Amino acid sequence: MKAPEKEILGTKMNHRHRPKITALVVDDNMVVRAIHHRLLQDLGIENQVAVNGKEAVDVHSSGQYFDLILMDMDMPVMNGIEATRKLRAMGIRSTIAGISSRSLEREKQEFMEAGLDDYHEKPLTADKIVSILHKISNHSG
Amino acid sequence: MERNQQLRRQLASMRQSLFDQGHLDEQFILLEELQDDANPNFVEEVVTLHYRDSARLITTIERALEKSPLDFNKLDGYMHQFKGSSTSIGAKKVKAESTQFREYCEAGNGEGCMKTFQLLKRDYATLRRKLEAYFQQALPGA
Repeated sequence: MKAPEKEILGTKMNHRHRPKITALVVDDNMVVRAIHHRLLQDLGIENQVAVNGKEAVDVHSSGQYFDLILMDMDMPVMNGIEATRKLRAMGIRSTIAGISSRSLEREKQEFMEAGLDDYHEKPLTADKIVSILHKISNHSG
Repeated sequence: MERNQQLRRQLASMRQSLFDQGHLDEQFILLEELQDDANPNFVEEVVTLHYRDSARLITTIERALEKSPLDFNKLDGYMHQFKGSSTSIGAKKVKAESTQFREYCEAGNGEGCMKTFQLLKRDYATLRRKLEAYFQQALPGA
């Protein structure tokens, strides 16, 4: 993404009267977590990481809130489908985007039905994040 | 000055050959774009994380391939993780071989899995060697 586009995104997403966007990266792969963390950081989005779905649920149970959750599908302990269902059942209304290497339509459908707002195939790029972020800005008006 | 220019050209040539020989794809360029003054070694850091992750998985897959009968579900699961990590750094050949391995798992073809795994290990080792040489060359003062 070019620097001017980042600047426009920053202005749109981080209006001086609006708090900064926060995100949670949920992925069991340390390489993926590092890259997604950096991608979000580069877009000016404060973010934390969780190594599986259970950790994502626990961090919300402790009272934390994120505007955006990037949720991997295949994770040990608690996968992305289960974690998404659990978060929605807890009343979490954050934008949850499924980020997975799965490409079959039925796999995507199952993940979407768990409560996702969006779905993207890996690898994640800045452009994909921007398209997800536009959904947050549209929801919040 | 001339020596620096020569080194820069050598470095650029090393980098380009990784793409031309099919070892890397555009995902590696995305990692390079995330590198800046605040994160000057981001690419090398991520690649190092990948080595740690992938070395562990290669050992796990090797052990799983020694078992009889082969558990194709487990093998597929391990390779899914390996493929995810390889895809993230743009390891093009290794990613393709991971996909092939998974197809053999789905078909229950043990011989196919083993042959593909040998190719994958070879290309993984080649990429690792070339990237280590590249980062060594790219270090300030190298």
